[in-house]
Amino acid sequence: MTEEPVIKLENVTKIYVLPTDQVTALNNVSLEIYKGEFVAIMGQSGSGKSTLLNQIGCLDVPTSGKLYIDGNDVSLLNDDQLTDLRRDKIGYIFQQFNLIPLLNLRENVEYPLILKTKKRDTTGYPEKLLEMVGLGTSRIMHKPKEISGGQQQRVAIARALVNDPTIILCDEPTGNLDSKTSIQVMEMLKDLNNQGRTIVMVTHDEETAAYAKRQILFSDGEIIEERFNDNS
Amino acid sequence: MIILDDIFFELSVRNVRLHFLRSLLAAIGIVIGVVAITSIGILGANMTQSVTADLSANGNVIMLSPQGGGFFSDDDDYISQKQLAKIEKTVGTENLVIAIYSDSDKITVGSEEGRASIYALDMDVLKNLVEVETGDYPTSLTSVVVGPSLAERYKLKVGSRIKIGDKDKEDPKQTTVRVSGILKERGMSMDLSSDNAIITMEKWFTNRYGDEGKYDQVNIVVADINAIDDLVDKLDHALNYRKDEVRIMDSGSLIESISATIGIIIAFMSAIGAISLLVAAVSIFNVMLMSVTERIKEIGILRSIGTRRSEIRRMFLYESAILGIIGSTLGAVFSLIGSFLLTYLMLNTTEYFFTMQSLIQIPYGILIGIVICVISGVYPAWKASNMDPIEALRAD
Ligand SMILES: Nc1ncnc2c1ncn2[C@@H]1O[C@H](COP(=O)(O)OP(=O)(O)O)[C@@H](O)[C@H]1O
Ligand SMILES: [Mg+2]
Repeated sequence: MTEEPVIKLENVTKIYVLPTDQVTALNNVSLEIYKGEFVAIMGQSGSGKSTLLNQIGCLDVPTSGKLYIDGNDVSLLNDDQLTDLRRDKIGYIFQQFNLIPLLNLRENVEYPLILKTKKRDTTGYPEKLLEMVGLGTSRIMHKPKEISGGQQQRVAIARALVNDPTIILCDEPTGNLDSKTSIQVMEMLKDLNNQGRTIVMVTHDEETAAYAKRQILFSDGEIIEERFNDNS
Repeated sequence: MIILDDIFFELSVRNVRLHFLRSLLAAIGIVIGVVAITSIGILGANMTQSVTADLSANGNVIMLSPQGGGFFSDDDDYISQKQLAKIEKTVGTENLVIAIYSDSDKITVGSEEGRASIYALDMDVLKNLVEVETGDYPTSLTSVVVGPSLAERYKLKVGSRIKIGDKDKEDPKQTTVRVSGILKERGMSMDLSSDNAIITMEKWFTNRYGDEGKYDQVNIVVADINAIDDLVDKLDHALNYRKDEVRIMDSGSLIESISATIGIIIAFMSAIGAISLLVAAVSIFNVMLMSVTERIKEIGILRSIGTRRSEIRRMFLYESAILGIIGSTLGAVFSLIGSFLLTYLMLNTTEYFFTMQSLIQIPYGILIGIVICVISGVYPAWKASNMDPIEALRAD
């Protein structure tokens, strides 16, 4: 393979310094993820999954080691550059949906686009994305708290896609959903992956992880096992 | 409008609207502060202008008074006949010289008692200065003219009698005079403040109080206002050549010093207004910190999906500016009404209310109110923008 990985970790260590001691949340992790992969990060609570996702999502930087996102060495970037990287290259889908309460559904999807273009959308792209995730035009003026969790997560997926990101990161995307809507959301992610999107997803749920082509098992901040899944 | 189109401005507006009551309460402080400083500023501007107008109608007067007169001073506390002669020689005949004896004494009209200023001056000079409204100038030793304000207060008419002095005292004894005329109203005047005084003949005055030829005050009404400075210099040379004996003041410099005094009073009152603005700043600061604290999670979301620190900062500064605009605008409206009433009550005139100096205070007040709100929002905005996105996301 001559292709460059979109995510590359070289001996990444993340240490949290606490008043009395320190926690090694990631211990010397090396990992490469290529375009079009669907990766599930698994492991017990406290094993370092969220920490890994936060590093990849440029919300935090490693204590040591190298992390490249789409070829950019994040250790060389300042806060504004990291912020712009999140805006342009990363689509984040959270367990809590995390829509912006003051904005309606359409504006929630439009928001990252405004950040990028510095102007309001006139192309109708946010509406198109909302339709694609199954929210017709009838609800788009509603506020997030007026719709169900499953619907909120669809809006969150539309928002994650609006800036055409290189990587989609999901932290327990079905953790707050019932099993029926979980399946709908996972099918949607699978479709996105089939269209060529790179997805990295943290989950402790085996059924959710089964949608991924590659599963990485974490324990105590280290990769202890990797599986490739062909039947998905 | 680039700001109105800004998504962060939109978010701020919506947050203010969401917490409308709280925002309004916080803005009340600013309303009060802006009303305080603006009203005081407007009142001050009106005061300065009306006093200046009153005084500059009297801008052509030179006032001379004895330099001494202090309790421990052995300088003369009067202007002598000799000095008066020098003064008359210096100013020439084209300018009116008013030599005044003055004192104040107890007066009794019917059953009413009080005190009044008693002036005496040459009747020919008096005729030059003030007209009588009713009656006539005094012709006999025991007749007097009175100012209109005094006449009104004691219900004096032509022919009324005034007892001057204390009935229990021997020297000088109480004596009765008759009102022969009531003078025209003169308002504020520098040459002779006659509205509230009793004016007698010189002879009557020196008979009663002694000190003939020892004047308390000499005023000069200058014919050509441009000659004032020159005359002041000449008088100073003639009278104070060897020793400072006579204090010489022209009404122009008096106007300046009165204006300066008004300025100090206004500054002092503005300082009180400023304290109310400080209190307002604290309440804005408080509400902004509250706003930041309850939106930590939202800040985490905004940051994690690509909002820069500076944009978060902007969002909160807009919010405090909106509070400032609401508060200051309300304050401006109230202070327009309030200061109009205040000016009318305190100065009896709103003649100078709609002037530049007066109304400019309103945009100043608005600007100060907004600036104070924005400054109060700086720390909360900075705090919001410097939050760690991961920590913030974890909040609930
Ligand atoms: N901000 C932090 N400060 C201190 N310790 C932390 C912090 N974030 C995570 N940790 C610790 O790092 C380890 C890994 O946490 P995390 O990545 O959240 O695990 P997971 O997502 O797999 O449950 C845990 O021991 C956790 O307590
Ligand atoms: Mg976790």
